[in-house]
Amino acid sequence: MTAHLLYGGAGILLFVLGVWSFLVHEALLRKVIALNVMGSGVFHLLIAIAERGSLPPDPVPHALVLTGIVVAVSATALALAMGRRLEDEDDAR
Amino acid sequence: MLDSLALAVTVPLLAALLVTALPGRVQTLGVIGAIATALVSLRVTVQVWQHGSLRSDPGGWGAPLGLALQADGLSAALLAMAALVALAISVYATGYFREGERRLHFWPLWFLLWSALNALLLAADLFNLYVTLELLGLTAVALGALTGQREAVAANLRYLLVGLLGSMTYLLGVVLLYAAYGTLDIGLTGAAIRPGPVASAALVLMTGGLALKAAIFPLHFWLPPAHANAPAPVSAVLSALVVKAAFYLILRLWLDVFGAIVTPAAAGLLGLLGAAAVIWGSWRALRAERLKLLAAYSTLAQIGYLCLFFPLLQATPEGPARDDLLAALVLMAISHGFAKAGLFLAAGLVQHSAGHDRIDELGGTAQHLPATTFTIALAGTTLIGLPPSGSFIGKWILMTGAIATGQWWWILVILIGTLLAAAYVFRVLSRAFNEAPTPRRFVTQASTEVPALLLALTSAVVLGLGAQLLWRLMGFGVVA
Repeated sequence: MTAHLLYGGAGILLFVLGVWSFLVHEALLRKVIALNVMGSGVFHLLIAIAERGSLPPDPVPHALVLTGIVVAVSATALALAMGRRLEDEDDAR
Repeated sequence: MLDSLALAVTVPLLAALLVTALPGRVQTLGVIGAIATALVSLRVTVQVWQHGSLRSDPGGWGAPLGLALQADGLSAALLAMAALVALAISVYATGYFREGERRLHFWPLWFLLWSALNALLLAADLFNLYVTLELLGLTAVALGALTGQREAVAANLRYLLVGLLGSMTYLLGVVLLYAAYGTLDIGLTGAAIRPGPVASAALVLMTGGLALKAAIFPLHFWLPPAHANAPAPVSAVLSALVVKAAFYLILRLWLDVFGAIVTPAAAGLLGLLGAAAVIWGSWRALRAERLKLLAAYSTLAQIGYLCLFFPLLQATPEGPARDDLLAALVLMAISHGFAKAGLFLAAGLVQHSAGHDRIDELGGTAQHLPATTFTIALAGTTLIGLPPSGSFIGKWILMTGAIATGQWWWILVILIGTLLAAAYVFRVLSRAFNEAPTPRRFVTQASTEVPALLLALTSAVVLGLGAQLLWRLMGFGVVA
């Protein structure tokens, strides 16, 4: 029981840290990292949920985490590509 | 027989693959794909009309393990609106993106967006909703930045980051619901939900995250620059469909998942934010210097009107009065979808013809582009809420509901919003008409002007006169 609370609590803590960092920092890279930390928090919580109760662990949250990671990677790539476009234009001036 | 719900998602996906694989015939394939997608979407609406709600479990995997698709009156009405608006935008886009690289980039993203939108409207599963929401957000951002101009890229990068914050917050809410109730199916979760800290936290997280994406005041800051800097057909999609999709999700969750635990205070808060959005959005639209910025701020106000329905729905017991409110809410959302798409397409034509869209220098637009000016006027009729537009009936039922539930203060908000809307619409029209000679031809460029005109005409005339059909589609008794 304690272990689940610890894992779940850590997930929520990561999420909150991510939100805080997203809101406080200006730089794009920091914002993107903050979003990924938020995502890791949510995935952490999902894994904790999968392991609770009886064995074998619930496979549904695992599938959700995998899908979530794919989505997060694509979103991060798009954000970085757009950020790089802006940087390139700044350099060209 | 092929599953019509799955087809509504897969046909645009196939179209996206085809236009990517055969870039030489992108225009022809684009139009064919758009017609096919619109037809399969409308087929779903017809089936809901005939049989009530539909549900399918792809692969034969039922809930709670499978990812079901389902359509009821609410999603069918929005699906039909999306199909018609998107079809008009596709026709417009063939004229707008005549040549060059952008044409090749527009079509695949456009079909991916359409596919994500249909999937979002049909999903019956909270996690699938998250995935479709993200797909919709990513394609919308890519389309919005299509011009490659610095302002467009910067505005859409901000839109992307805000959207990701919103959907990640939504996802945390989904996880909490799964932890508490062990299911992701909308119907099963709604049946199992009990008042408590977990359910309340999920309600706040999911609504808050979606409010960011639906640009509900005060979380709207990203919308005006992102919508005003996109190419005209993309602005139309963003304002008419993408923002509506996030709002649809809030409505769906409040009705079907959190129905048992929503308190009057929570609904009142959403109404209050809506009221602030109506007044602030309309005021900024009146002060806007550019036509597209005016249209973007007016979207804020129109989303605000939709939020005003929540406290009334909460205060009205189940029955014909509540059904009327719900149908009026959908009618207003659909009318705004048509009107705003028409307005943005028309603004694109004005910008193309005049080389800019500064409202103060639009003199003579009525002479150069009579059909486009007529489109702006018709769309304006809907934004103000004049009869016989669909939003006239919507506002009428909204005000009746406000009186019936003793919440008269919302009427003041509606009146102020309507006055401001009249002011900002007539401000554009008075500028457009300030030159003398009579135009020679009504239509200047048929392939782009006619779709815009048809959209505005649908919002101002067809939806108002044919509003009863919506009640029938949603399975409610007809208003007297």
